[in-house]
Amino acid sequence: MDVTNYIILSAILFSIGAVGVLVRRNAIVMFMSIELMLNATNLAFVAFARANGNFDGQVVAFFVMVVAAAEVVIGLAIIMAIFRTRKTASIDEANLLRA
Amino acid sequence: MSLVFAISATLAVAGALGMLLSKRAVHSALFVALTMISLAVLYLQLSAPFLGMVQIIVYTGAVMMLFLFVLMIVGVDSSDSLTETLRGQRVAAIAVAVALGLLLTSSIGGAVIASGNSLDSTIAGGNVQAIANLMFGKYVLALEVTAALLVTAAVGAMVLAHRERITPKLNQREQQQARFADYALTGKHPGPLPPSGVYARHNAVDTPALLPDGSIAANSVPAPLQARGSVREVDQVDSQQIVDLSQGNVVIEGGDDGRN
Repeated sequence: MDVTNYIILSAILFSIGAVGVLVRRNAIVMFMSIELMLNATNLAFVAFARANGNFDGQVVAFFVMVVAAAEVVIGLAIIMAIFRTRKTASIDEANLLRA
Repeated sequence: MSLVFAISATLAVAGALGMLLSKRAVHSALFVALTMISLAVLYLQLSAPFLGMVQIIVYTGAVMMLFLFVLMIVGVDSSDSLTETLRGQRVAAIAVAVALGLLLTSSIGGAVIASGNSLDSTIAGGNVQAIANLMFGKYVLALEVTAALLVTAAVGAMVLAHRERITPKLNQREQQQARFADYALTGKHPGPLPPSGVYARHNAVDTPALLPDGSIAANSVPAPLQARGSVREVDQVDSQQIVDLSQGNVVIEGGDDGRN
């Protein structure tokens, strides 16, 4: 059981998520990239918990999941509200906050 | 490196790359779901069965399905615009992210992580009990704050997604009056649209109905099908056959000849 492999996988997934946030223009796909980054950090937490032999990392990962779920709910509601006024999900169009 | 890790890690990275590279947002969502499931397998491999199950239930079950619902509302074909708003931003972003990945992997790969501890033998009662002990003991304050956060998120989502009705709702009488006013002004037929054609061989919605003179009733096929050009032709042989059958001067052959 080599924990380093898991950490490297986590770093790779985090980097792919970062590229997604920076490159994609669709708000929903950007959001998915953020979810991917959160999941990558979760994997690192769980791997380190395994390496240290205690469960704190798993509890932290659980809390990250809860916060991510709440964040998804609010974020998607905001995307829908923007879509209603602008008829687009592209972040380039949402450069003004007034409706 | 175990076989499970190799397969799951490959699938996770493939899903992440698919999310990044696929043009349509729906495909991205499905690729992310693949990544989430692979991560759940990795959690199981890291002796975290509770988190593995939570990952499947919360992420692939709830979060990604929420994404798909929103994609259905926002429009499935909302594909990305490929024009760059900032010049050179895409290349710079990819370079920065590759540098970040190299930095992380090289620094972590050089670090020595003590992995002699075993997670299973340290705690009696299993994974779920150990997490419960921590969550309702050491981290109970964080758990309570999480409850407040979830309530706030639920209320916030309702407020954001709520749409205030700014016009009064039409009752049946007003709907009829509007319909007949429309008929008087534009001549639009006030009744329901004609149903699709029902024939011996097919009665799907893409078959147009025939008017008494044998011509096709144009609005008997839904407009999306007409726009897609997938309106089924009414076979001249078929309609001739119907005429023959109604006049009783044809012999019915045995069975379907396989034509559609």
